[in-house]
Amino acid sequence: MKKVIFKHDECKGCGLCAAVCPKKIIFFDKSINPNGFHPATVDEQDKCISCGFCATMCPDLIITVRKEV
Amino acid sequence: MKKVLMKGNEAISEAAIQAGCKFFFGYPITPQNEIPAYMAKHLPKAGGRYTQAESEIAAINMVYGAAGCGARVMTSSSSPGMSLKQEGISYLAGAQLPCVIVNIMRSGPGLGGILPAQSDYFQAVKGGGHGDYNLIVYAPSTVQEAVTLTMEAFDVADLYLTPVMILGDGILGQVMEPVEFIPPKKRKLPKKTWATTGNDGSRPNNLINSLYIEADVLYERTLAQYKKYDLIKEKETRYELYNTADAEVIIAAYGSTARIVKSVIDGLLEEGIRIGLIRPITVWPFPYTIFEEYASSDKVKKFLTIEMSMGQMIEDVKLGVNGKKPVDFFGRTGGKIPTYDEIKGKVIEVIREVTA
Amino acid sequence: MKTVFEKTKGLTDKTFHYCPGCTHGIVHRLVAESLVELNVLDKAIGVAPVGCSVFAYEYFNCDMQQASHGRAPAVATGIKRVLPDSIVFTYQGDGDLASIGSAEIMHAAARGENITVIYVNNAIFGMTGGQMAPTTLIGQVTTTSPNGRDPLTDGYPINMSEMLAQLIGSTYIERVSITNVKNVKHAKKAIKKAFENQINNKGFSMIEILSTCPTNWGMTPLDSLKWLDEKMQSVFPLGVFKEVK
Repeated sequence: MKKVIFKHDECKGCGLCAAVCPKKIIFFDKSINPNGFHPATVDEQDKCISCGFCATMCPDLIITVRKEV
Repeated sequence: MKKVLMKGNEAISEAAIQAGCKFFFGYPITPQNEIPAYMAKHLPKAGGRYTQAESEIAAINMVYGAAGCGARVMTSSSSPGMSLKQEGISYLAGAQLPCVIVNIMRSGPGLGGILPAQSDYFQAVKGGGHGDYNLIVYAPSTVQEAVTLTMEAFDVADLYLTPVMILGDGILGQVMEPVEFIPPKKRKLPKKTWATTGNDGSRPNNLINSLYIEADVLYERTLAQYKKYDLIKEKETRYELYNTADAEVIIAAYGSTARIVKSVIDGLLEEGIRIGLIRPITVWPFPYTIFEEYASSDKVKKFLTIEMSMGQMIEDVKLGVNGKKPVDFFGRTGGKIPTYDEIKGKVIEVIREVTA
Repeated sequence: MKTVFEKTKGLTDKTFHYCPGCTHGIVHRLVAESLVELNVLDKAIGVAPVGCSVFAYEYFNCDMQQASHGRAPAVATGIKRVLPDSIVFTYQGDGDLASIGSAEIMHAAARGENITVIYVNNAIFGMTGGQMAPTTLIGQVTTTSPNGRDPLTDGYPINMSEMLAQLIGSTYIERVSITNVKNVKHAKKAIKKAFENQINNKGFSMIEILSTCPTNWGMTPLDSLKWLDEKMQSVFPLGVFKEVK
């Protein structure tokens, strides 16, 4: 199960999430979403530490973060 | 209820309280100062609250907030202050919020003077603020009528979801007359389900708003608003006919001016001269039809509009008369009140023209 | 797996219309989360301004009123008079609050209105395309200060928090920012406290949130955060300017 989930269609590619990610695992997908942006995404889910920094800074609230318990 | 002797401004205030007005937002300006003072003193006793705003602009926006919560709410001012309220009135009309706004007119333009005038007619009935809208505007002629219309104004505002204006002048505000507070005929009023009162999840969120960024939506909303205005025109237009039967000259006058005109009409009748008066009680909607009716009569030779302005209502009178008969004008402005003799002199001049 | 972060129920599902990197969205979240956490969303009535955040009424999941430019504190006063137990907040930008609405905010504070004011200061008129605001920095280029704000003709920035703190009627005034995770978390605390004050009938609270406008500043979202930290904060220092315990 994914730890960090992006609503890709609503991403505006501002990059605030990627800048604060301590693991530097957020990147911008080559695809273009309906709004015309390269959406932020994470492939290396296992490296995510569920710190929530990305979601804290995301102005569009498109990120959900989960943690293993 | 017994008759009591009251000043116009105080009687309007008491009428509002008896009509269930619970919130009043005021700002000082002469000659309406007795209204906020009366409200500050008496509204709390009726379970309401008086708030003094920092400006007329703030006052009208406080009215917006309070009306949006479904309360019966009122503000009052006089001409320069009414100019400041226009933006807020446009928003109230756009958001379809019921409230009562009193304008005790003084003379203008600019700071003008503090004496009575009727020179805010255009502002009151032709919009005042920006955009396509109208207010229901009552123009009472006596303190008793001001009481009756103020009480009714709250019901009418709630029924049609529109701001209603009481358009008086310094004479009406300051004169003392015996009045009786008789509740208006009960109307079936819709529940204010649209009010913002906090949402516990049992309904969709309520929104008080006048912004419609999509042209199609704003267009449709405005059309709906104007359908409502048609209904108001049909149901709420009011006027008084005074001595109009067989009159060759019909005077058009409203508010305080109409009272002086009535005295002149009575005086002339004693001399055997018959002239009539059409007195609009609602200046919006304006009673165009009755003017057209009289203009179409062979008996009527001429209309004479008398106002405490340089001629504002005359434009509506002319629209009603529709070119069928000449419309003359007599006005005093700048705080000068037309005297009995001045009006009589003008009327006799018009009668001579007609009979010549 | 436990969800540690998701969009709050205090906001509707509507997608924000804000430009990429505009920090209004963060502030919206902090306000909405505070209302939910304090269990007052059902009693909340918000007042939306004129400006970029005019559509706040589509985003906050509570009853809302839209006010004319600058008049939100007057509208909020009207609401609070009718419904004293409701939780009333205004959400205003610097064009709205510090320019056209400077009288209304001043007097709402002076009256000690028991409301919460969320003041988002990004030193520019955003919605209209980047004109000089009262908060624009000296030398800052805008469409109406093409050579940079010149104090000789344009005067100096207005520090609303410092001014309002001087009024006896104000209870709690703090300026915060949202440029990093720590600042955002602190901003949340301040906003929540401002609502707690209202719940406890303590009176007028205003949180000024320094915010970015990448589009009209002509910077990337990340450079904007840096500019805010380096330039804006020197004119608008963070901190508590008033707190009546």
